[in-house]
Amino acid sequence: MIDVRDLVKRYRKSERNAVDGVSFTVGAGEFFALLGPNGAGKTTTISILTTTLTPTSGSATIDGHDLRTEASAVRRSVGIIFQRPSLDQNLTAEENVRFHAVLYGLYPWRPSYALMPSAYRRELQALADVLGIADDVHKPIRTFSGGMRRKLEIVRSLIHRPRVLFLDEPTSGLDVASRRGLWEHLSRVRSESGTTIFLTTHYIEEAEQADRLCIVDRGKVVLNGTPGAVKARLVQEYVLVDAPDRSALRVELTRLGLRFEEGVHLRVPLAGRTVHALLQAIATPLTFVETHAPSLEDAYLATIAPESVS
Amino acid sequence: MNALSAILVIAQRDFLKLLRDRTRILSTFIFPFVFIGLLGGSLQASLGSVIGYSFLTFTFVGVLAQTIFQSSALGLISLIEDRENDFSQEIFISPVSRYTIIFGKILGETLVALPQGLGIILFGFVIGVPFTVASLIGLLLAAVVATLFGGAFGVIVLANLKSQRAANQIFPFILLPQFFLAGVFNPIVGLPWYLDLVSRLSPLRYAVDLLRGVYYAGRPEYDKVVLADPLTNLAIMTVAFAAFLIVGTTLFVRSERNR
Repeated sequence: MIDVRDLVKRYRKSERNAVDGVSFTVGAGEFFALLGPNGAGKTTTISILTTTLTPTSGSATIDGHDLRTEASAVRRSVGIIFQRPSLDQNLTAEENVRFHAVLYGLYPWRPSYALMPSAYRRELQALADVLGIADDVHKPIRTFSGGMRRKLEIVRSLIHRPRVLFLDEPTSGLDVASRRGLWEHLSRVRSESGTTIFLTTHYIEEAEQADRLCIVDRGKVVLNGTPGAVKARLVQEYVLVDAPDRSALRVELTRLGLRFEEGVHLRVPLAGRTVHALLQAIATPLTFVETHAPSLEDAYLATIAPESVS
Repeated sequence: MNALSAILVIAQRDFLKLLRDRTRILSTFIFPFVFIGLLGGSLQASLGSVIGYSFLTFTFVGVLAQTIFQSSALGLISLIEDRENDFSQEIFISPVSRYTIIFGKILGETLVALPQGLGIILFGFVIGVPFTVASLIGLLLAAVVATLFGGAFGVIVLANLKSQRAANQIFPFILLPQFFLAGVFNPIVGLPWYLDLVSRLSPLRYAVDLLRGVYYAGRPEYDKVVLADPLTNLAIMTVAFAAFLIVGTTLFVRSERNR
């Protein structure tokens, strides 16, 4: 669905590339997350993929349409939730949706809601019901909560049935409850429409929900794969063990062909074995066992450059 | 058909914004009233008898043209503000031609400027500016042309500005000299050659002169007040409108995408 090759963007008057040779692919219907610290080039990548920014070099296609030569077709097949809200505060929720629907050529322009085609009014009512704002749909946006505005933006961006929905850090600035509500809404959207989701975020727990994730740092792809594979690649799972007779344990581990590291306890990498199989193989009585499974956060922090973490 | 709907929906948004912003409606009337009432009135008292025509009327038509020209130019420049609020992203991400977007915006700002023009004409009635039915119709038609032209001027300014802050700082320098070079309050007949040259380069001059040409048509003061035939002004404005629109939109889109 999305195919990006050697994408490079250097802003004018900038010393370094904001996006520096990024390549990845996203399959149809996939939930793809671009994870990285602030300034990693996530928004720049989204701006290029949604045709609002020209890349310095490299190429990309979305749904088979080339970004450079078929920008209009690309725009028709994508929806986007911008990092900063892009609703017009002076308009009502319905007017914001109507503006979008007419701009995308879904319905002809009419001077007022009452004069819009009945198909539009039915669709709007259905959307308002989904959001639970049936009573407020004709009220100005500024009376809405931050979470509600975000959901309205998602609803709006989906009415032209895009093949890919881009979400640029959609939950920044939302409280925990709104964030959860937004994710529930998004997963419902996914299961109903099969839309490909392209998310950028610096929240690891959000990226962990993705089918595939790509960690970027300073414009480069650091890692790319399923959240599980990324974890496995990054930090080894290991077990800390100890016994009163430590030398017997050392001898046994060596005999079993298990590598280990000395420390406060002995650290044995699992290297693909299960914890259960490992412990079953050890006959020496153990007094200490601790398994260590890395979180994606560990993996993430181990990956990105130390300067990016501060 | 799609393009027409897109133009109308973009224009309607601007008009709705005006209707919902009462302070803006009020403030747009204050300046013209001050200019016409105080400046026109006081100049009339001191110079009116020397110059041989009503200064109040002269200033009235000038300020009418200037207000609507400025309103739609500033309205177009608000695209920068939209960009900073990220609303323009919503517009510019849509599969609508960039020219359609700019044209919709110009039409919208015309709808915003014209009610202001009507307010000024009403004020003219109150202070005793003489009107005939023909001059009223002529003024209204010329006002539409002047606002469209102001919008196109806004596009070319917009294309060369980076931020709303820059716009707020630079726009007065582009506009204020034109007040005098275009003869909004002051007659510009017999300018020295260098001022005459700059005056001829000021877009506002043609908008002001078109409105005066239409208003004073058939009046004895016509030759003293009007600089060029309305058709000449119209021709110049048409060519400049197309040039501003094409060059401005191209530059604006390029500067947006090639950051």
